Amino acid sequence: MGFKRYVEIGRVALINYGKDYGKLVVIVDVVDQNRALVDAPDMVRSQLNFKRLTLTDIKIDINRAPRKKTLIEAMEKADVKGKWENSSWGRKLIVQKKRASLNDFDRFKVMLAKIKRGGLVRQELAKLKKESA
Amino acid sequence: MIEGLFVGLLIGSICVFSFLFVQYHQYQVVGRALPTESDGHPKIYRMKLWNTNEVRAKSKFWYFLRKLKKVKKSNGQILAINEIFEKNPTKINNYGIWLRYQSRTGYHNMYKEFRDTTLNGAVEQMYSEMASRHRVRSPCIQIIKTATIPAKLCKRESTKQFHNSKIKFPLVFKKVRPPTRKLKTTYKASRPNLFV
Repeated sequence: MGFKRYVEIGRVALINYGKDYGKLVVIVDVVDQNRALVDAPDMVRSQLNFKRLTLTDIKIDINRAPRKKTLIEAMEKADVKGKWENSSWGRKLIVQKKRASLNDFDRFKVMLAKIKRGGLVRQELAKLKKESA
Repeated sequence: MIEGLFVGLLIGSICVFSFLFVQYHQYQVVGRALPTESDGHPKIYRMKLWNTNEVRAKSKFWYFLRKLKKVKKSNGQILAINEIFEKNPTKINNYGIWLRYQSRTGYHNMYKEFRDTTLNGAVEQMYSEMASRHRVRSPCIQIIKTATIPAKLCKRESTKQFHNSKIKFPLVFKKVRPPTRKLKTTYKASRPNLFV
């Protein structure tokens, strides 16, 4: 019990609604109870409602409302992109995106790979069964 | 009674509609009375107004000017109307707004503070708040003065509580919404998880 993810300056959040859906942004300042000033290396600094953000575990070390250059440097130093892509949440999103972008031939290849994997698992299972029997 | 119901419905529908795109813009309106034989060069007056569009801003200009000088739209002319844009919309400011409003029992002055990135946003917040807290509609509100207040001089606790460079708070009630309105459903299979 207890909160682990706080709204604070430097908290990395994911936009979950609207035009910039799926983007990782940094909370750079808090406007009031419902809105934050939010920034990312490839977007203009703007205000977003907290309802459109999902907080992540990643936090970087910045002062209130830093310059764009300082923000980008701090993000590089904390390796936000790397941490995100290695986290289970980030990996799931990457896989979802990949699956959504498959064409029919890719789906065929995935089917073959799944069948092959299933076959290998069943072979191993049969071996283990024989040994224990 | 039926009339009252109709008015209620009308106000309701206007509220829903305006939530989508009521955006207050700030205009500078410059106007004067028309030149006559007795006065060939009437004094030129300039006003800064907030309204949703230029047409309404011009109308409001005459409303205020009529109250201050003996001139009407029919014997005056608007010389210029320009929109004023926010200089730095990426910086958060504390805005103080002094207003005069008409309540059911008389006129009152009020001072309100808002935190926002743009002055137009603060003005829009003010109109919303006056409507919700005091049931004062926008035609009954006159903005006397607006100013950007430095943090030390803010008077209201609700703005002062955000003057903390190490601000930190959890989001206590987090309902996850479908990412687009299209994916919204009336019925759901399981109860939502409201924890962050």
